[in-house]
Amino acid sequence: MAERKFGWGKRSENVLIGKSIPRIDAAVKATGAAKYTADTNSKGTLFARLLSSKHAAAKLTAIDLEAVKNLPGVKAVHAFKEVGDEIRWEGELIAAVAAERAEQAEDAVKALEATAKFEVLEHFVDEADVARAAFANRTKGLGKANKGDVEEALKTAKAVHKGFYGIHTISHMCLEPHGSHCEWKGDDLDVHLSTQSVSGTPSQFAEPLGIDASNVTVTANYEGGGFGSKFQADEWGIAAAKMAKEAGRPVRLMLDRATELKIGGTRPSGFIDVTVAADADGKVVAWDSIHWGTAGVGGGGVDLGQMPYPFDFPNVSKAQVGISCNTGPNRAWRAPPHPQLCAITQPALDDLAAKLKMDSYDFFMKNLVFTQHGKGEVYAEEMKIAAKEIDWKKKWHPRGKGAAGPVKQGLGMALHTWGGGPGACTCTLKIHPDGAVESFLGSQDIGTGTRTIICITMAETLGLPLEGVKVNLGSSKYPASAPSGGSITVGGVSGAHRRAAQTALWKLFDLVAAKYKVEADGLTAKDGNILNGKDKVCTWKQACALLGQMPLEVQGKGPEKDGLTSERVGGVQMVDLSVDTGTGLVRINKFVSVQDCGMIIDELTAKSQVLGGLIMGIAYALTEEQIMDNKTGRYINADLLNYKLPGIGDVGELVAIMYQPDSEYDRGVIGLGEPPVIAPGAAISNAVANAIGVRVPVLPLTPKRVLDALKGGQA
Amino acid sequence: MRDLSHPLSETAPGETGQGGSGFSRRAFLKGSGAAVAASVIATAVEESIAQEKKVQRVVAGKPTELKLDINGKSQTVTVEPRVTLLDVLRNDLNLTGAKEVCTTTNCGACTVLIDGKPALACAKFAVECLGKKITTVEGLNSGKELDDVVKCFVKHDATQCGYCTPGFMVATKAFVSANPGATLEQIRKGLGGNICRCGTYDGLAKAAVECVANAKKGGK
Repeated sequence: MAERKFGWGKRSENVLIGKSIPRIDAAVKATGAAKYTADTNSKGTLFARLLSSKHAAAKLTAIDLEAVKNLPGVKAVHAFKEVGDEIRWEGELIAAVAAERAEQAEDAVKALEATAKFEVLEHFVDEADVARAAFANRTKGLGKANKGDVEEALKTAKAVHKGFYGIHTISHMCLEPHGSHCEWKGDDLDVHLSTQSVSGTPSQFAEPLGIDASNVTVTANYEGGGFGSKFQADEWGIAAAKMAKEAGRPVRLMLDRATELKIGGTRPSGFIDVTVAADADGKVVAWDSIHWGTAGVGGGGVDLGQMPYPFDFPNVSKAQVGISCNTGPNRAWRAPPHPQLCAITQPALDDLAAKLKMDSYDFFMKNLVFTQHGKGEVYAEEMKIAAKEIDWKKKWHPRGKGAAGPVKQGLGMALHTWGGGPGACTCTLKIHPDGAVESFLGSQDIGTGTRTIICITMAETLGLPLEGVKVNLGSSKYPASAPSGGSITVGGVSGAHRRAAQTALWKLFDLVAAKYKVEADGLTAKDGNILNGKDKVCTWKQACALLGQMPLEVQGKGPEKDGLTSERVGGVQMVDLSVDTGTGLVRINKFVSVQDCGMIIDELTAKSQVLGGLIMGIAYALTEEQIMDNKTGRYINADLLNYKLPGIGDVGELVAIMYQPDSEYDRGVIGLGEPPVIAPGAAISNAVANAIGVRVPVLPLTPKRVLDALKGGQA
Repeated sequence: MRDLSHPLSETAPGETGQGGSGFSRRAFLKGSGAAVAASVIATAVEESIAQEKKVQRVVAGKPTELKLDINGKSQTVTVEPRVTLLDVLRNDLNLTGAKEVCTTTNCGACTVLIDGKPALACAKFAVECLGKKITTVEGLNSGKELDDVVKCFVKHDATQCGYCTPGFMVATKAFVSANPGATLEQIRKGLGGNICRCGTYDGLAKAAVECVANAKKGGK
C-alpha cells in the first residue's frame, strides 16, 4: 500500500474549497433566531446592574451594601471593592446587584451609589503630551534599540525629514457587550459567556469560585464581536456566578454601553517624534525615533520591537516611553499593535517621499528591499495589482497639486504583514453508520465564518455536499481548541478537520476495499460516492453501512508541520479619497486591498474579512477615538452617539482582491482576520496629505484636525 | 438617557419623543407651510385623543398589566410604565432578535415595526405601544420560506458576528417595501441609522440593491 499522507487536493479538482460559499449560519443570524449570551433567558433569570466609579482616581471610603439588600426585587449583591480600596480609572467596578427585573436592579444601584463615598485622588489621562506626563512623573522608559550608525547616515543623506505623528486610543465597542449568564445546577456551573475562548475560560471561573474546572461548562454558540477583548472570565463574570449562587437563581450580567467602552477593552495609543532619511536614489538610510503612548494605568503602549513597521532599514535608532494614565486597561485589539505601528511609521516615510519629490508608489516600491520576512516580491506584485485597480499612475499627482476647487482628491498607500499561523486544535469527527457526519470541538465562531470553513473542509474531504456534514462547536465540553485571536483559528480548525477526515476516509476505504475486492489506494470519495478510478464502487451510505452498529470516531489534531497550514502574509492597500477643505470632511471614494493569505477555503467569507478590516480601518482613521477629559478624568464620549462609527454610506467603494497564484495555494491555510485592518490608517493619512498638501499628523482625521492642519500650513 | 415623553407621543425612528404634543417632528417637517403644519397638528392631536380614550388607566410606578399586539398575537405582560418595549420583548417575552446595544437610539440594533413603520424599541415604553401592532424580526421571519431580505443577506454575506443583523433585516425590509427600485445612494441614506462594528456594509449594500430590484420586479 502506498504511504498515506495528509495534504490538500489538487486545486483544479476542488468542488467546494476556494469557491464563494455563503456562511451556513447567516440565515439563523439574520432571522434573529441565533441566541447570543445576552439573549439567554432560562427560567427565573435575574438581571444584574453595575455600580462603577465616576472618578478616575479615588479611594472608596464608605459603602453600605446592606442598605439595598431589602429593596424590591433585589436578590443578590456583590462587592468588587471594599472600603479602603483604590480606584484607578473611571468605570472601574464597585458593586453589582441582581434583581427580579432590570429596572429594580437599576434602582438598587442608584440607592447604593448614594451610600458610596470617595476620597478623590489626583488623576492623569493625557496620553498625547509626553512632556506633561514626565512632569507628572507618569512616564517610564520601555527600552531602546540601535542598529548601524544613524548619525553618520544622516550626514550623508540626500533628504532628511523630521515629523510628529500619532494615533489615539480606541475602544473595542463590541456590539454585544462583555458579559455572561450564569446558572448553577447543584455543584455544576453553566456559563453562557460572550467569549473568544470557549475552551480556555472554565478554569478561570473555577479557581475564584473554589470549584473544579470539570464543574464548569462554558457555552458560546454566537458571540457579538470581541476583536481581541473577550478572552477572560473577567471579574464581572465571577460576580455573576457568585450572585447566582447567593440567589439560587440564574443571573444575566452584561456590561452597559458606557461601562463596556470604559472597561471592556481599549487599544493603546501611539505618538512618535521621528527623523527619517533617504539617499539620492530614494532608499531609506536612517530611522531615528522615540515614541510614547498609553495602555492604561500600567503604562505600556505600542511595542518597540517591530518599529519601523514593517521595515528593517540599515541604520536604526529607536526608543519607547510608556505613560501611565488613569484609563481603562488595554486589551488585544485586532492585529496588536500593528495598526498603530503602521499608522505612525508609514506616514513618516510618505512625507520623506514627498520631500524627495517622488511618487509614493515608486518610493515604497524602491524600499521593499527592506521589508521584513522576505515578502518583498509578493508586495511588489500586490502593489502592481492594487495600482492598476485604483488607476494610480493616472490619478496620482504631486502633493497638494490636484485639480483646483475646494474639494481635493488624493491617493495614498500602505503595506502590512502578519503571522496567522495555526492555533492548537483538537476535534472529534464522527461518521455514523447511516452516513451522517459530524464533528465536535471547543472552538467558537466569532463571526469569521469558522463553522462554514469547517463544514467546507469536511465536505470537500469526504466528497459530500455541505448539507451532509455538521459541526458542533461553542462548548467547553468538546475537545479543546485555542482561543480565536491573532488569526490562528482558520489554520487550526481546518488542519485538524482535514487530518481527521482523511484518517476517517482511509479507514472507510479499507472496509470498502475488503468488501468490494478493490485496491484501497485507488479509491476516492466524490459526489456522495466511493470511486475506484472513474468507476463507482458504492455510495457513501453503503460504505458507512460497513461500519456495523458503531460510528467511526477519529480525532484530528494540530498544528502539525505537514504542509496543510503555514504562516506569514503581506498585503497592500491603496485609497482614493476626497477632502472638503471648507469643512475638513474626508470621504472615501475607492479603497483597494490586495491580500495574500495562502490557500483560501471560502472566498466569500475571506473577502468579508478583508472588507470588514477596511471598514474598521476607516473608522479608526477618520472618526473613532476615546476622548478623555483632562480635568475630570472622564471618558466623555462613552456612548454610540458621540463615539463615532461610520455608517453604510460612509465607506465608499471597497475592493478586496485576493492574491491567489498557485504558489499561495501551495502554502496551505493561513489566517486572515488581522492583516486587512492594519494599513488603512496609514493609507488614508497618506492620501489626505496627497490631497491637501499638508500632513494631518494625528488619527483619527476628524474635520477639526484636518482644518487645523490646513491652517497650520506646513507638513 | 431614556426619554420620559408622553406615552402617546409618536416618534419617528431615530428621534426621541418631542414632549407631549402627540405629533411627530418628522411628520411636522414634511409639511410645507403653516397651513399644512397646522392641519398635521390638528389631525395628530385628534388621533392622540382618540387613542387616549382606548388606553387603559396606567398608575405611575406600579406594575400594570398590558395587553400588547406582538407579531399578530396578544401578549400580556405586567410591567411598570417605565419599562421599554425592548426590555419587554427581550426579557419578558424572550423575543431576543431585537438587540440592546446603545440604548440611546443611535445604532438601530433594536429596530422593530410599529404599525408597519420602523421604530427603535429602546426608545419606546411598552405602555406607549398599547393599541399598536408590533412586528419583530421573529414576526417577519415566521414563514416557512426565507424572506427575500434574508436570502439576499445570505447570498451577499451581510453578516459577520451577526449582532446588528436582525436590526438591519427589519430596517432593510421596511426600506425595501417603502422604496422598491431605490438607488444605491438612497439605500446608503435609508439604512444610515444602523451601525455594524464588524464591517458588513459592503455585503449589506449589495444585498439591499438586490432586494430593491426584486421588489420592483415582483413586489416581494
